[in-house]
Amino acid sequence: MAGIGIRDVVKRYGDTKVIHGVSIDVADGEFIVIVGPSGCGKSTLLRMVAGLEEITGGEVAIDGRVVNRLEPKDRNIAMVFQNYALYPHMSVYDNMAYGLKIAGLSKDAIRERVDKAARMLQLEPYLDRKPRQLSGGQRQRVAMGRCIVREPAAFLFDEPLSNLDAKLRVQMRLEIKQLQRSLGTTALYVTHDQVEAMTLADRLVVMNGGVAEQIDTPMNVYLHPATTFVAGFIGSPAMNFMPGRLGGDGRAITLDTGAPLRALPEPIVGHGGEKPVTIGVRPEHLALVGQPEAELTLRARVVETLGADTLVHGVLLDKDAAIVPVAGEGGEVLAARLPGNVTVREGDTLPLRVAEGALHVFDRETGRRLADV
Amino acid sequence: MVENRPFLTVLRHVVLLAGVAIVLFPVWVAFVASTHPQPTLLSGVAPLWPGDRLVENYSQLLSAGMAQAGGTPVGLMLFNSFVMALLIATGKIAVSLISAFAIVYFRFPFRMIAFWIIFLTLMLPVEVRILPTFEVVADLGMLNSYAGLTIPLIASATATFLFRQFYLTVPDQLAEAARMDGAGPMRFFFDILVPLSRTNIAAIFVIMFLFGWNQYLWPLLVTTDESFTTIVMGIYRMVNVSDEQPQWHLVMATATLALLPPVAVVLVMQRLFVKGLVETEK
Ligand SMILES: Nc1ncnc2c1ncn2[C@@H]1O[C@H](COP(=O)(O)OP(=O)(O)O)[C@@H](O)[C@H]1O
Ligand SMILES: [Mg+2]
Repeated sequence: MAGIGIRDVVKRYGDTKVIHGVSIDVADGEFIVIVGPSGCGKSTLLRMVAGLEEITGGEVAIDGRVVNRLEPKDRNIAMVFQNYALYPHMSVYDNMAYGLKIAGLSKDAIRERVDKAARMLQLEPYLDRKPRQLSGGQRQRVAMGRCIVREPAAFLFDEPLSNLDAKLRVQMRLEIKQLQRSLGTTALYVTHDQVEAMTLADRLVVMNGGVAEQIDTPMNVYLHPATTFVAGFIGSPAMNFMPGRLGGDGRAITLDTGAPLRALPEPIVGHGGEKPVTIGVRPEHLALVGQPEAELTLRARVVETLGADTLVHGVLLDKDAAIVPVAGEGGEVLAARLPGNVTVREGDTLPLRVAEGALHVFDRETGRRLADV
Repeated sequence: MVENRPFLTVLRHVVLLAGVAIVLFPVWVAFVASTHPQPTLLSGVAPLWPGDRLVENYSQLLSAGMAQAGGTPVGLMLFNSFVMALLIATGKIAVSLISAFAIVYFRFPFRMIAFWIIFLTLMLPVEVRILPTFEVVADLGMLNSYAGLTIPLIASATATFLFRQFYLTVPDQLAEAARMDGAGPMRFFFDILVPLSRTNIAAIFVIMFLFGWNQYLWPLLVTTDESFTTIVMGIYRMVNVSDEQPQWHLVMATATLALLPPVAVVLVMQRLFVKGLVETEK
């Protein structure tokens, strides 16, 4: 068991740069999830760690040893592929045993390890079957068994659950987590699904366009997103964004309409005077309040009743009840997640207040976070 | 079709039976002719039912052959043909499996050029290059040998192309998984690719065995020694005996015998083939 060091790793295909220098330090036994939209380079990064893709620049170290030039089999890692990549003509037993046979283990040692893994994964009744005679979840387990028997320093997963139906995905997610915990093996897990990412990760790596935008615990990523991209990607429904300004004192936050929101307790260090900012608020951090305390006023356009919650999509109003254009994901519309017991009708005007510390201020030019109030 | 109308069912069977009859009738006539003495066949009316000379005709052929056509025993001819067809079929498969493997799984300079050159040889069957090929085989001293009979026929663009197409459908991740498991290229080839190609191999074996079995011009050219006569050559020689009536009963018996090994190969391989198709792997 060992940590993984990814240092300034760069990947180029010809002239196209796909990974722009990513650094991640994975501690021994840690579960790291790399999450990001499709095409952002997650698989490429993982495959460079696996040794299936050449590393253009930077270094990958496993257990303190730089492995850039090592074949996958010499890196002491195991990988679960998206479509499992089980050998179709081999039995479940042989699928798991194949790597060990090549490694030259004795028959008895192989049997012992495979039996142990099969017991752990409840695959014992299926050892003689061919992969095609198994359900999706069972195939998934075989793919994991193939990794476990190798007793590697780290597991690599590339979207292992995306071929399963929603219910099975939740179940296998739990199984993967439990298994990783009980074995204590370092894991690097790639997914585009933010729920999977949040639930599995000790730490999240949010990637965008070949760059790691933020590396932190799921809760920190959620509470203190480092960029507007991270803020919009993590969380559902997505965060609301509104154009605003940071005052010349580096403290006052106003909406572009002129409506003051709230002031930062301390000026932002090196704020450089007045500047345009993007203000982000999660729908679940908006609460219905009395008119005097309201920071934002919403006119409900669409109301979705979800039982536990009521999701209100509406437009932002200024103090003269005129509609203020905002640049959110959903165009002009902001979302608010209110408790299920409030009754809201379409056309209602809602005075809302942002929870303490849940107002995120981003530099509009760079997209970087300036403060959370 | 789930339709179930009695009239259509009957019609279907009638059409199928008619087809079977059309295909089988000449075979039946050949077999019947092989069981009669020569005079019956020269009388002008072809018999439709077996005669009484089955055992005599066949045992004469298998042991002594036909005196007028060199007297090579048909048993030996069958053996020669079988060895030739087998060597050609297995040789073609072995060479094609490996060259397709090289083309699909390795990045080497001029890879696509290599592929297209192989592909172009489709336009150069033995018949086209027969003189230069003969020259080469003769210079190498391979006349009158199984090597001379088979090696020039082994290179096969068709089979290489078919295996290439199959390899392209094998998911890349399978090769990567094998690589993670520590399998080198040759291990991957023998442990995974070849077993997965099983059904393709069976199909190509059938086709290539028949191709080898039916060779006529090339064996005629490279063998002068009677002991290398193949069955197809033998039949032709029996039909064209000079200054005499062809011994049709023996010719037909030889033809019937010549039919059996290919039929056996098709039957045996078809099982594997269908089995492979039913339990779709991949
Ligand atoms: N072999 C390749 N040649 C050229 N570009 C590639 C190759 N493989 C991946 N890419 C590009 O690299 C980018 C990242 O791909 P990938 O890592 O598969 O994304 P993800 O797994 O995050 O969806 C994509 O834009 C893709 O087009
Ligand atoms: Mg991917």
